[in-house]
Amino acid sequence: MESLRGAVAIVGAADTEVGVVPHLSATQLYVKAAKLALEDAGITKDQVDGLITCNSFVEPYLYHAEMIAEYMQIFPRYCLNVATGGGTTLAIMHHAASAIATGICHTVLITMADNMLSGLSRDKAIEVMSTAGHAQFERPYGPPIPAFYALLAQAHMHAYGTTSEQFAAVAVACRKHAALNPAAQMRQPITIEDVLNSKMIAYPLHLLDCSLVSDGGAAIVMTAAERARDFRKKPVYILGVGEGHSHEHISQARSLTTSAAKEAGERAYAMAGVGPQDVDVAELYDCFTPVVIIELEDLGFCPKGEGGRFVEGGRIELGGVLPVNTHGGLMSHCHPGHPGSLFSVTEAVRQLRGECGPRQVDGAEIALVHGQGGIMSTHCTMILAKERS
Amino acid sequence: MATPAGKPVPVPTRETQPYWEGCRKHELRIQKCVACGHYQFYPRLYCTACMSEQVEWVRASGRGKVLSFTIVYRPVSPAFAADVPYVVALVTLEEGPQMMCNIVGCPPEQVYIGMPVQVTFEDRTEEISIPHFTPV
Ligand SMILES: [Zn+2]
Repeated sequence: MESLRGAVAIVGAADTEVGVVPHLSATQLYVKAAKLALEDAGITKDQVDGLITCNSFVEPYLYHAEMIAEYMQIFPRYCLNVATGGGTTLAIMHHAASAIATGICHTVLITMADNMLSGLSRDKAIEVMSTAGHAQFERPYGPPIPAFYALLAQAHMHAYGTTSEQFAAVAVACRKHAALNPAAQMRQPITIEDVLNSKMIAYPLHLLDCSLVSDGGAAIVMTAAERARDFRKKPVYILGVGEGHSHEHISQARSLTTSAAKEAGERAYAMAGVGPQDVDVAELYDCFTPVVIIELEDLGFCPKGEGGRFVEGGRIELGGVLPVNTHGGLMSHCHPGHPGSLFSVTEAVRQLRGECGPRQVDGAEIALVHGQGGIMSTHCTMILAKERS
Repeated sequence: MATPAGKPVPVPTRETQPYWEGCRKHELRIQKCVACGHYQFYPRLYCTACMSEQVEWVRASGRGKVLSFTIVYRPVSPAFAADVPYVVALVTLEEGPQMMCNIVGCPPEQVYIGMPVQVTFEDRTEEISIPHFTPV
């Protein structure tokens, strides 16, 4: 096999309710998402022979995927637990696609969830927050997670003249989309002034430049393209996928302004045989506003340094040249931790199926989804399409 | 590990012990490759430029420039609450490697990218001193 291009399809995709979900435990969110995705695919759990999960902060298990399989009483031939932050989702889809294409298994269920909002005590939340960064060479300096990203933001401002207003435009666009999404956690429209007037967290990042803390889960079902038409809904095909990995700790980054999203994107475009100009809708990892601007540049939607200007004037909003994060993203839809990017995937699937109602991108045929984990450390880009070729 | 005040206290490993011993003496130590002259931080088993295991500890000049910085208003934990607002920065050492630090000894609003800085040490416990940087 030379390429995964068009070899694998997503045949089921679903989210649980998200935001504040105190009536479901973390484990229940995983299995609820899984059940909804199986229903969406129109299959029973017995048809699943591959299972991938990411661990939960709130209810971790040593062998998390095995735990979910046991809970659901499924007995897969391929069972894997991965947890490398926000980029995990797309990287594990890459692994799942490889497993399907090589015949290790046929039908993979990926489920990811957590309840970071309702499930963590205050002490536990501080503990989770303060265990980011290198134990010897970063944590002694007291950097909260937003500070790591603020270092990138400042470097970008210094190098390219990017402004706080431009960062804010990203948050405004995401919220505008969330206002059209009944499932989103935060739906009240905001303005650039609202972002700039929100509390300063780590200069230059304000509260509204930061993503949410949420409960929620999402799941997808993947299978070989030639089997994909046997499922209930029209399949969405994986045209291209690529990864890039540059560091674990931000203090060791090769560059603060160019990320390994560049390699991930180039690899995904090369496999798919498409370029940024062919993308109808992009679901980009948006844990903090500057991340979207760096990703837009590194993924080739604009030249390096132009990301700030690119997001102005509604260009990343519905109706703009490139609608970004049509569900509201991590800043307005939900951010339960590791699962973040999977909501981007389920949204991209819904966009390509034409199921998005008022937030539908007209005629969407090709979607790009990008996830990053760590502190711009690990990147995976996936290009999804309505048609197999 | 944390101090009574709750700030993290690094636990040296076999690999990082010489670095922390240097800090205790208020000396910033980094590794230099005997084979190719490459400087590196943090400490590693071998040189990342040429993979020679002939890496030795040298005392860095302690001078560098601010690569980027942020001013933290919401502390990571209650232990840092009294320090707010504090500066978390990345500094590029004169020898090449970069490291995270706090910029101390000046008001946060005076810090800028490219600012020349010099190492200084905080004795966090009797055994562990933490390197910070301060304007030259
Ligand atoms: Zn060397």
